[in-house]
Amino acid sequence: MLAIWILVFREVLEAAMIVSIVAAATRGVAGRWRWIGSGLALGVAGAGVVAACAERLAAAMSGMGQEWFNASVLLAATAMIGWHVVWMARHGRALAAEAGRFGADVSSGRRPMTALMIVVAIAVLREGSEVVLFGYGMFAGGSASGDLFTGGVLGLLSGVAMGVAMYAGLLRIPMKHFFRATNGLLILLAAGLAAAAAGFLVQADVLPALADPLWDSSWLLTDDAWLGRTLHALVGYSAQPTGMQVLFYACVVALLSGGARLAAPRPAHAGAVATPST
Amino acid sequence: MSNFSSRRRDALVLALLLSSAASLAWAGEPPEIKLAIRNHRFVPAELAVPANTKIKLIVVNEDPTPEEFESHELNREKVVTGRGTIPVYVGPLKPGRYPFFGDFHSDTAQGALIAK
Repeated sequence: MLAIWILVFREVLEAAMIVSIVAAATRGVAGRWRWIGSGLALGVAGAGVVAACAERLAAAMSGMGQEWFNASVLLAATAMIGWHVVWMARHGRALAAEAGRFGADVSSGRRPMTALMIVVAIAVLREGSEVVLFGYGMFAGGSASGDLFTGGVLGLLSGVAMGVAMYAGLLRIPMKHFFRATNGLLILLAAGLAAAAAGFLVQADVLPALADPLWDSSWLLTDDAWLGRTLHALVGYSAQPTGMQVLFYACVVALLSGGARLAAPRPAHAGAVATPST
Repeated sequence: MSNFSSRRRDALVLALLLSSAASLAWAGEPPEIKLAIRNHRFVPAELAVPANTKIKLIVVNEDPTPEEFESHELNREKVVTGRGTIPVYVGPLKPGRYPFFGDFHSDTAQGALIAK
């Protein structure tokens, strides 16, 4: 049962970290829980479909179907976060200026909530399909279904609890820095997802590794450690990344922070709101 | 006329480049090395592979249940379904030991590539 608990917890934790960032970043948006809920539901359904098609997926693209699929959905999630980050840079600043007031202007209709719903769905789909495959294997392998159920529920609950704790922690970020902080987290999250996509493209032999690994920080923090896993989910930490992964990571950080800067309203306007004390 | 011939020369150069790239790719088609999963264990648990060359691991899952071939050192993560077979490109590796594991049964499914 412990093995089931730990595996489910691990997968749920990764998805929960992503969902908690999305939830925090959409603080105050009317109807956001409906969007996030839809993303969760879509992700769960998608996880079932992916797990059921695992065999066909594995055989696709001359045996590299999994890599292509993972890289595609990860890059799609990166693009969705990018869209949201740039949109917020364009429209969010005025909101930040109205210290403490959220949501009034950022109705779910205008803000690209669909983008974030897709991000949530992809996060749940990726981790969920592994849980389904694992659970199916345990079941088929003759594990007691009671153990399976208890372990699964405990794993789910503890993973969700970590997500809620993360969310509560993010909400403590002072209002003044809230938009900047959550946008920054979204950029790092997107970069981490892109780096993971690069990993799959290298694995599929589509892209060169450039350097494998570029560095090794496993003496400091391994990928297996709970902190390593959490940081992997949040900001894409990897103890032994390839050069290509680091390149993707850096490009996404540069692209999104640059894009956000370019999309921001003209300095005259920004300056007017940024200096309320004078 | 000269324009035409220079274009033809460009085309020829391009064709030569492409064909040499293709032949390089063919020459580089990596050797296949088999690794089995049996009763949630890797067989063999330690697999000798040539160093400094790309290889194609063929992971054959003889169990009826799915497994995930994973390695942090090799930067690989791939599901292999019950009674399924997956190719995993690895390397070129510097000489050394590269552990891998089966994520769904990590208590028993432990192994390593020995590159030399």
